[in-house]
Amino acid sequence: MAYSTKVIDHYENPRNVGSFAKDDPTIATGMVGAPACGDVMKLQLKINDQGIIEDAKFKTYGCGSAIASSSLVTEWVKGKSIDEAALIKNTDIAQELALPPVKIHCSILAEDAIKAAIADYKQRHGN
Amino acid sequence: MNYFQLFHLPAQFELDLTELGTRYLELQRQFHPDKHAAGSERDKLMAVQQAANINDAYHSLKQPLLRAEHLLALRGLKISNEQRSFMEPAFLMQQMELRELLAEISDAADPDALIDEADQQIQQQKKALLRQLQSALDANNPEHDHQAADIIRKLKFFFKLQQELELIEQTQD
Repeated sequence: MAYSTKVIDHYENPRNVGSFAKDDPTIATGMVGAPACGDVMKLQLKINDQGIIEDAKFKTYGCGSAIASSSLVTEWVKGKSIDEAALIKNTDIAQELALPPVKIHCSILAEDAIKAAIADYKQRHGN
Repeated sequence: MNYFQLFHLPAQFELDLTELGTRYLELQRQFHPDKHAAGSERDKLMAVQQAANINDAYHSLKQPLLRAEHLLALRGLKISNEQRSFMEPAFLMQQMELRELLAEISDAADPDALIDEADQQIQQQKKALLRQLQSALDANNPEHDHQAADIIRKLKFFFKLQQELELIEQTQD
C-alpha cells in the first residue's frame, strides 16, 4: 500500500517530536492506544492560563500513518483554544493526509489523543 | 458458526491443543473435497464450504486471543475488528516505556542484556494477563466478559511488542 506524499513528509520529518515534563501544571498529557495494531500515542499540550494551546509535542510508536496523524495534530492545535482543538475530527485528519480506509483508525487515534489530553487538563484544573 | 461445536469441544477458554490437532485431522479427512468428488454438485460445494469452515475454526481455536474473542462473540460480545481507542493511561505509559526500552536496544553496549530484560518483562506480563483472562472467561457472566474483553485488548499490545522484539532480535544476529 502506497503512502501519500503528505504522510511520507510527516513520517520522514515529524514535527514536534518529544516530551514535556509531566508534572508541569501547564502540561496536559493524552495517552491512547489501538489494540488492533498495538500502536501507542502520547500527545502533550502546553496550555496557558487563557486556555490557549501554546505548544504541543508527541511520541508515537506505530505505523507511518499513526506517526503522520499525530505529527499533523501537533501543528493544528498550536494557537487554538482547548475548545477549538476539541472540534478537530478524525475525518479532517484522514482527508488532509489522504489516508486509505484501512488506516482511518490512525486518525481516530489522533483525535482521541487530543480529547484525552483535554480531559487530563480539565481534571487537573478542576472543571 | 460455533467453532467449539464444530470440533466437538467444550465452549471454554482452556483447550487441549493435542486434542484440537487430532480433531482437525479427523474433520479434514471427513470433509476432504476428494472424498465427495463422486457426489452431486451440491455435495461437492458443501464439502468445499465445510473444509473452509474447518480451517477457519482451527486457526481461531489454536490462537489464545482469537479463541477468547470467538468465545466472547458466542456470548454476544463482539470485539474483533473494533476501531475504538484504548485509553488507560497507566497501562499505556507502561507500553510506552517498553517501546522505549526496545528502541534503546540497537544502540546499547550490551544489546543482548536489554533484549533479555524486555523479553522477561513481556513474557511475565503476558502470562499474568492470560491467567486473568482464563478466570474472567471461566466466570461466564456479562460483567466478567467485559473484563475479559479489556484483558484481550491489553494482551494484543503485548503480542505486538513481542513481534517487535523478535524483529529486533533478527536484525541483531
